[in-house]
Amino acid sequence: MAILVDKNTRLAVQGITGREGSFHARQCIEYGTKVVAGITPGKGGTLHEDVPVFNTVEEAVEKEGANATMIFVPPAFAADAIMEAATAGVPLIVCITEGIPTLDMVRATALVSHSKSRLIGPNCPGIISPGKCKIGIMPGQIFKEGHVGVISRSGTLTYEAVHQLSGRNIGQSTCIGIGGDPVIGTNFIDALSLFNEDPDTHAVVMVGEIGGTAEEEAAEFIRQNFQKPVVGFIAGRTAPPGRRMGHAGAIISGGKGTAAEKIEAMKKCGIHVALSPAEIGETMAKFL
Amino acid sequence: MKIHEYQAKQVLSKFGVPIPRGEVASNPYEAYDIASRLGGRVVVKAQIHAGGRGKGGGVKLASSAAEAEKIAADMIGMTLVTHQTGPEGRKVRRVLIEEGLPIKKEYYLGIVIDRASQCPVIMASPSGGMDIEKVAAETPHLIFKEYIDPCVGLQPFSLRKLAFRLGLTGELLAPATQTIAALYRAFEAVDASLVEINPFLLTEDNRLYALDAKVNFDDNALYRHKELLTLRDFHEEDPLEIEASRYSINYIRLDGNIGCMVNGAGLAMATMDIIKLAGGNPANFLDVGGGATVDQVRNAFKILLGDRNVKAVLINIFGGIVRCDVVANGVVEAAKSIGVSIPVVVRLEGTNVQKGQEILRNSGLMFTVAEGMKDAAEKVVALAK
Repeated sequence: MAILVDKNTRLAVQGITGREGSFHARQCIEYGTKVVAGITPGKGGTLHEDVPVFNTVEEAVEKEGANATMIFVPPAFAADAIMEAATAGVPLIVCITEGIPTLDMVRATALVSHSKSRLIGPNCPGIISPGKCKIGIMPGQIFKEGHVGVISRSGTLTYEAVHQLSGRNIGQSTCIGIGGDPVIGTNFIDALSLFNEDPDTHAVVMVGEIGGTAEEEAAEFIRQNFQKPVVGFIAGRTAPPGRRMGHAGAIISGGKGTAAEKIEAMKKCGIHVALSPAEIGETMAKFL
Repeated sequence: MKIHEYQAKQVLSKFGVPIPRGEVASNPYEAYDIASRLGGRVVVKAQIHAGGRGKGGGVKLASSAAEAEKIAADMIGMTLVTHQTGPEGRKVRRVLIEEGLPIKKEYYLGIVIDRASQCPVIMASPSGGMDIEKVAAETPHLIFKEYIDPCVGLQPFSLRKLAFRLGLTGELLAPATQTIAALYRAFEAVDASLVEINPFLLTEDNRLYALDAKVNFDDNALYRHKELLTLRDFHEEDPLEIEASRYSINYIRLDGNIGCMVNGAGLAMATMDIIKLAGGNPANFLDVGGGATVDQVRNAFKILLGDRNVKAVLINIFGGIVRCDVVANGVVEAAKSIGVSIPVVVRLEGTNVQKGQEILRNSGLMFTVAEGMKDAAEKVVALAK
């Protein structure tokens, strides 16, 4: 088992005819993901990467039974793409696009929360259940089937953590990149709740970073509700205040959102915090 | 993007926020003229992108145009140090000359996106004028918040609640709610990440003004506000950071001596952290982009080497979908074309990692190949000493 995505996932790709969309749709297909439709307004009725292209998400759902979508639409139009997918009733929306205006995301997440859809991202690497289904831009070969869930705000740092796990023969049930923006869909607590219910997930790695208070809230949730061991890491202990560290959401503002506060909160709630990014896999190995 | 106080006031004023009469001066003569027009009794305010100006000597009262001229002469060109500028301070290039207003009470107004509830939140406090972060930490019950549902937008009841909580009732209710509404309109219309009026002033004769104002813009939304780009003041930014932004490289200069080049923001932060753990000091944050192409690596080298403090460089690339041999070739090509003459430690991970490491070893350049992040950090710290 795994969470959210598996062999039954039927993926549509919004923005499939673009350079990135095209390349990563191909990569997902090669990994074994069932890519059943593409969406590019105005290019409906054509084939791209041997995938039928539709003008609207609604058609992709009706005609191909798409139950997940991966968004590669440029930032100016990406919030609209998310809202289109939510309105079409797609259960899982994964938005890879980086650089979406925050106020656009405020509206999009509000609409998603009133729909039956779940949003992952934006500004994220995607989600993968190793050996079953990959939706996103992550390198499939570093993942390994197994029983550790991974939740992370970052892309390449997730790969680093996964590489350390796989290198110790610790496989993963599902890995979710929740995204580096201040306003996102699925958050740490949402993902933790799903992993809590998944019998196939025996432990979780949680990779956070400076900015906001999502890690603190997740730590409190873990203390109260979570049944499995959690290993944590927070990036940005050396980040200066008031500066945005690449990710739109990675900023210490008004003295809030520091790594020290997050690490402290996580430790207090029983999370095994790796202080060095090189020790994430090693720390997990101790608790399995 | 940040802007100056005088620019923020101009932006907010367009949406109906009342501001004191005033103009910006870039030399003492202009300051004299403006102060004369305003009647002589004025406030002279240094314009830099940092708070805490009052305590640092960047806000002064003048009782005549001649005094305003003298204060401006002292202020323009001075390096102002506040708790937000760091010890190096900021050079003052302009001053805002404003009419002096009789203060009865100082309030606070601000709007940001609340990350936890994912919607705009209007914050108001009767304890304005001072460090609002201190108010939030020590007397949080004095900060009132109204969360705005993005599906319905701002409603009059939220405005009334805030005004009543501030005690702005009677004849002050209408101007107070109108000002908060204007501030919210501005926040949405310009895609701000922060708008703030502190202090929000009540004068002796019961008028309300934005005595100080701050507006930060969401960089991701600037593409649809081309008119705002002219407000950017390059003097307020680090020259290397400006150059990096031209190449779409995320670069933030720090004060250490180990240059970092990493793909991905999270991994870049983690790389800085592990350098510190190994006993060194990172000279920067640098995200070269997911693919780490030859062009981007070359540009990143240029930026890193532009910082004279850098004694050694750590390149940490997680290959991902791009193969390590491709990345290694790119790094070698970029380093050769730039003529890198300081030690470079390279840590590559991903597909074809051995092949990539071989390319680096055989390049004839001063590359040290590392295995894993810990090894890389230890090697670069030793080389930087």
